[in-house]
Amino acid sequence: MAVVFQKPHALTDAITHYCPGCTHGIVHRLVAEVIDELGVEGKTVGVVPVGCSVLAYNYFNCDMIEAPHGRAPAVATGVRRALPENVVFTYQGDGDLAAIGTAETVHAATRGENITIIFINNAIYGMTGGQMAPTTLPGQVTQTTPYGRDVNYSGFPIRMCEMLSTLSGVAFAQRVTVDNVQHVREAKAAIKKGFQAQIDKKGFSIIEVLSTCPTNWGLTPVEALDWLRENMIPYYPLGVYKDKTEEGVR
Amino acid sequence: MADTKNIVLAGFGGQGILFAGKVMAYTGLMEGKQVSWLPSYGPEMRGGTANCSVCISDEPIASPVVINPNILIAMNLPSYQKFIDAVPAGGKVFLDSSLIDVKCERTDIDVYYVPATELSNSENLQSLANIILLGKVLKETQFASYEGVKKGIGKCVSARKAHLLDANIRAIDLGMTL
Amino acid sequence: MAEKVLMKGNEAIAEAAIRAGCRHFFGYPITPQTEISAYLSKKMPKIGGTFLQAESEVAAINMVLGAASCGVRAMTSSSSPGISLKTEGISYIAGSDVPCVVVNVQRGGPGLGSIQPAQSDYWQATKALGHGDFHVLVYAPSSVQEMVDYVYEAFDKAEQYRMPAMILSDGVLGQMMEPVEFTDPVIHPHDKSWATTGHENKRAHNVVNSLYLTPQELEDLVHQRFERYKIVEKNEPKAEEYLTEDADIVLVAYGATARIAKAAVNQAREIGIKAGLIRPITLWPFPKASFEKAAEHAKKFLCVEMSMGQMVEDVTLAIHSSKPVAFFGRTGGVIPAPSEVFEAIKKHTGGAE
Repeated sequence: MAVVFQKPHALTDAITHYCPGCTHGIVHRLVAEVIDELGVEGKTVGVVPVGCSVLAYNYFNCDMIEAPHGRAPAVATGVRRALPENVVFTYQGDGDLAAIGTAETVHAATRGENITIIFINNAIYGMTGGQMAPTTLPGQVTQTTPYGRDVNYSGFPIRMCEMLSTLSGVAFAQRVTVDNVQHVREAKAAIKKGFQAQIDKKGFSIIEVLSTCPTNWGLTPVEALDWLRENMIPYYPLGVYKDKTEEGVR
Repeated sequence: MADTKNIVLAGFGGQGILFAGKVMAYTGLMEGKQVSWLPSYGPEMRGGTANCSVCISDEPIASPVVINPNILIAMNLPSYQKFIDAVPAGGKVFLDSSLIDVKCERTDIDVYYVPATELSNSENLQSLANIILLGKVLKETQFASYEGVKKGIGKCVSARKAHLLDANIRAIDLGMTL
Repeated sequence: MAEKVLMKGNEAIAEAAIRAGCRHFFGYPITPQTEISAYLSKKMPKIGGTFLQAESEVAAINMVLGAASCGVRAMTSSSSPGISLKTEGISYIAGSDVPCVVVNVQRGGPGLGSIQPAQSDYWQATKALGHGDFHVLVYAPSSVQEMVDYVYEAFDKAEQYRMPAMILSDGVLGQMMEPVEFTDPVIHPHDKSWATTGHENKRAHNVVNSLYLTPQELEDLVHQRFERYKIVEKNEPKAEEYLTEDADIVLVAYGATARIAKAAVNQAREIGIKAGLIRPITLWPFPKASFEKAAEHAKKFLCVEMSMGQMVEDVTLAIHSSKPVAFFGRTGGVIPAPSEVFEAIKKHTGGAE
């Protein structure tokens, strides 16, 4: 019988712990498909964060390292310097990348570190039960902003792609989402472009994926996708913020 | 007790204090002695005073920190004032008298007044007042042999600055005539 | 025999690391260890190695985690306040069974403290270099030559036992120049099959990780690690025993302070006081056997440290509280003078016999 659909080789057989309706599963699959299509599983080292995707080292079939909270870009830098010819990616959430790990993220980017970061932005801390993230929207209710995020008190959300695109070391920065088939296809193309950029030694690449957290948003998976479309995309516009993948950053 | 030379060299940053100390330490090493060299470090190094401790001994060096120098080389007034009372009786003190306009009142130590900076200018040995002083130290203390000092300088002058080797040795020679 | 050269302790550490095969160094500037970075920034590019100035000590230790996970010899260095920042990463490295070398050129604390030499990170180095149940090998050289010897050993033992090793130095040893001779280190081949180098489709994927959500799984792993620590405690303790055989008072000092204590012991012997010295070279594992032996005849122990007496408890435990353990020290960046230590010996022995 002809096989028409199967799990990417770069994913293990482990059953993920992600909640129903969470978009981590889609993004994992896209990363794995890209690794398969580029034929680089055997020379890829992934670095995973602290947060919902902390266990991703069980899900990807390539060699994996579990980093301290926020430090994945620094760990990936160490891997990159030790293995200059391998493929190195990190997979990080918003608290990890844009709060506790801001320094590591910004400096890996400005060094033009030849790595790819997959940045899952779902505007909330998922693993710890739904606290305010650096990307939580103004007015958004979370466990630690029970009256809605008050920008006068808690400040404003960070737009990482916009910020990082100002840095000379960044070769590729694109914000995507996975709320419909077309966007999923675009997201995969962006991830592939990021991986290809590092294989071609063009510099730092980041793909920000607007994602849902039905559990902590208190919505059904379908409602969560609607909420993402109505609230997140207007604040975090999709698109390519930087593309120097042809000429490279150096 | 072992014959130990506990030396403090002190002056402004840029006078070659640390370099002269390194020459002394290397000289000791060339002659098979136990040696140590320890700089002062910290914010005061930047544009302020610089000093270093050098120990040359027949026995292993216990503390590289020299508290009571039996040889003091001072190249500015603050350094002289800071260390002069720490010199034990019988110690030898070498001053750059071009820069330190004092007369030491202690009678239990030997004080040598060497116009090293003036001589370095008049004898075309710019920036080598430190080494002229070192020549005088060598003559008065015999902390090493003349050949040993030449070897020590050879170790301290980098290949890039090899053209300065002769000038350094001339400065030693000049110091020894004073 | 190789020629002896004069070198700063910090530079000797750097050169020894290169000779030990370390090609990956990640640092961040801080006095008084900066010469290590400066030296490696010059040398590494010429030998195809990596010197990278990180954005923080936190980033630097995590770069070490990344590089060392790939099986290469990786090192970072700092001084006291910077080591506090590295403790997070050191805990993860220990919890992931990854070898690496961390250098601490100690200065006075707590807080920003001073930039002058101190030994007030003893507790941190030996008891709590991060959260969790783990140990780190701690070497305490007391000369520039030993900086070289124990950097060689630290890399080797870190790999043998798959654990971090620390060189616990201080501002005196880091800044001073002494004659040093570079022999060639023996580099033992250690198993690196755990390293994340890319599986090349030839093996299952390797995971470097310190997370275990099942308590029983983590407990079992920690037990395994502590079985390994037992072997380390059996095989690796090192100490120098100086005139301890007949000593009534045994001084205990490590690092730069041990040199000063030794001079005081010699001075005491000259006036007939039977003084000796135990110089721990490994601070973890603590060289307990030397203490048990000395306690059989010594009347008293005297710890001499550049701290408020952080080693006193380890000495007391090592001798099972069988003899009094006195303390003399200076702290905050003050270096004790040999004469002060000599006075302390006289005070604790009632003077010459």
